[in-house]
Amino acid sequence: MDFPEALSCPVPILSHDTVQLAHGAGGKLSSEMIEKIFLPRFSNTTLEKMEDQAVLDNPGGRIAFSTDTFVVDPIFFPGGDIGDLAINGTVNDVAMSGAQPKFMSVGFILEEGLPFETLHRVVLSMEKAAKIAGVEIVAGDTKVVNRGSCDKLFINTTGIGFVPDNVHISASNLKSGDKILISGTLADHGMAVMTTREGLSFQSTVTSDTAGLNHLVSDILSVSNDIHAMRDPTRGGLATSLNEFAASSQIGIQLYGDTIPVKENVRGACEILGIDPLYVANEGKLVVVVPPEIADEVLAVMRRNSLGKDSVIVGEVTEKHPGIVAMSTGLGANRIVDMPVGEQLPRIC
Amino acid sequence: MKYLDEFRDPVVAKKILTEIHAITTQPWVIMEICGGQTHSIIRNGIDQVLPKEIELVHGPGCPVCVTPLEIIDKAIEIAGRPDVIFTSFGDMLRVPGSHKDLFMVRSEGGDVRTVFSPLESLKIARENPNKEVVFLAVGFETTAPGNAMAVAQAAKEGLTNFSELVSHVLVPPAMEALLSSPLNRVQGYLAAGHVCTVMGWDEYDPIAKKYEVPIVITGFEPMDVLDGILHTVKQLEAGTHEVENRYARIVEQGGNQPAQKLIKDVFEITNRKWRGIGEIPLSGFKITRKYAAHDAELKFEVSNIITEEPEICISGVILQGLKKPHDCPAFGKECTPQKPLGATMVSSEGACAAYYLYQRIVD
Repeated sequence: MDFPEALSCPVPILSHDTVQLAHGAGGKLSSEMIEKIFLPRFSNTTLEKMEDQAVLDNPGGRIAFSTDTFVVDPIFFPGGDIGDLAINGTVNDVAMSGAQPKFMSVGFILEEGLPFETLHRVVLSMEKAAKIAGVEIVAGDTKVVNRGSCDKLFINTTGIGFVPDNVHISASNLKSGDKILISGTLADHGMAVMTTREGLSFQSTVTSDTAGLNHLVSDILSVSNDIHAMRDPTRGGLATSLNEFAASSQIGIQLYGDTIPVKENVRGACEILGIDPLYVANEGKLVVVVPPEIADEVLAVMRRNSLGKDSVIVGEVTEKHPGIVAMSTGLGANRIVDMPVGEQLPRIC
Repeated sequence: MKYLDEFRDPVVAKKILTEIHAITTQPWVIMEICGGQTHSIIRNGIDQVLPKEIELVHGPGCPVCVTPLEIIDKAIEIAGRPDVIFTSFGDMLRVPGSHKDLFMVRSEGGDVRTVFSPLESLKIARENPNKEVVFLAVGFETTAPGNAMAVAQAAKEGLTNFSELVSHVLVPPAMEALLSSPLNRVQGYLAAGHVCTVMGWDEYDPIAKKYEVPIVITGFEPMDVLDGILHTVKQLEAGTHEVENRYARIVEQGGNQPAQKLIKDVFEITNRKWRGIGEIPLSGFKITRKYAAHDAELKFEVSNIITEEPEICISGVILQGLKKPHDCPAFGKECTPQKPLGATMVSSEGACAAYYLYQRIVD
């Protein structure tokens, strides 16, 4: 999908070039910012009513509800920015239940002095991501804090979606023999951010994979409602998601060594820094656990979606070593893939 | 990936493994020196597939692990000062000092930054002329040239606000210290490929002769490690004790001469404490008098900080190859990567962390 009119959209003319404390004070400057920056981009009938709350239609059934806060540094990185990340992150958290995300709220914390040009750029990419995902931004809030009290801008998003009947996806649903599929290459986002951060001087071509996965989830559910578990492996990477599955279901996970796809340039960055791609954040990938009899069909529909074209079966659920994720090595040995301790730290040598 | 995949080919690796099985007739104890090799061994499960006669013990070659508590305490003292920007490689930040680590100093308001090269610290010094910029210069001969380069460059540019807190250690004295111990069990060494890339291997000939141990210069990929083991076992079975270069795609006999020249200019050999082992004579580097203005130890007058190692942690015994991590009663209980008691649990290259991460009981 393309939005040439949005991308070429000039920065609206406001009475100030940068965000002032008064823009968060609820007076005229607040109104000006809302009307010129936010409303034109997030416009929909609910938001335009400008009430203190959004009143939404409920089609009945179960609701999926999720919130996330985004503080990424740098706010612009190859392949994305804090704006599309904030939309896609919550879209994906809601979608991992099998729900279609429908409504979102957005809260901004802006640092005094932030150029409106920067804010506008972020808002444009939020608009684009929301349109692709098919979610409406129906509620919002803006606060401005003193310079130094936050780093440029922080964004909170909360999403609501409706879970189809007969879909019961949960980390505690793994069954022995289930197959584990991932939707593509790992570690793109985490390495894009890490290699752009101040201080890392080598040239990098790594780009973030940030993307909304709800349509890919719909494709998966078109095969069967009997999807056992699903996560988007963000912070902590695939290793963390799989360890959470193994712990919740009290069952073992066996990964097939060397089946996990990692882009060549991402692998290079990981090798240089001594970082294991299994532990690095993704923002446009999912891991799904399905009964073995539908695994090939799920794989086929995932591969037909552009966001899942590199999908692959990476392992299976086993009754051996409950609670533990293991990976076979090329030499015929088996090693544990544990939870990471904290942030991944580049090694000395 | 070129230059990596060739050395991770499981078919070739299995061939080498078969050869090791075929020639091994009796028990041998082999130490891999470098933490990077330990990491590769555990990650690929090499120790699980070797003949049961071959015991690999994990040597003292993890820079994070052998850096003494005392240096961490000195780093923490310096990093907490308001006029200081303290810079370090990432994995040193989590190493516990006596009371806290550098992450905690940062959370208390200290300006502690991760860098990927000492030359980045130098850049920070250029950009912050009103701040003292300190780099924690740890590691073996491998990281010494870069750290020496930063000091030499700072002197050349007149960057008086740049200094290094140096705790450099050297591999050959540690190898000798281990071999001369009455408790020594090591019969052959896999020497650290990257150390030899810088220093060459002339220093190893006298050690191999004196202690009658084969020393095989070995790389880090699974095939490199297996090939190093194969050639060590070949020598052990034949009763020879030569220095053999099995990392010839990178290592030359004389090493990297310009790097050595730089090291000699900036550093001089000194006695150094090793975490868990204690002081080894002439086993490390300190900054020469010529560059004393860039020696953080002198600049911040922290020489008076003296810290003894805690008794409960057996990392010293593990570093000497006398015990395995799971022989420690605290392993995986009081001591985990989340709450490490000793440095071998901190770095992913440390023997205890490698065991914890990759090898708790999988059938």
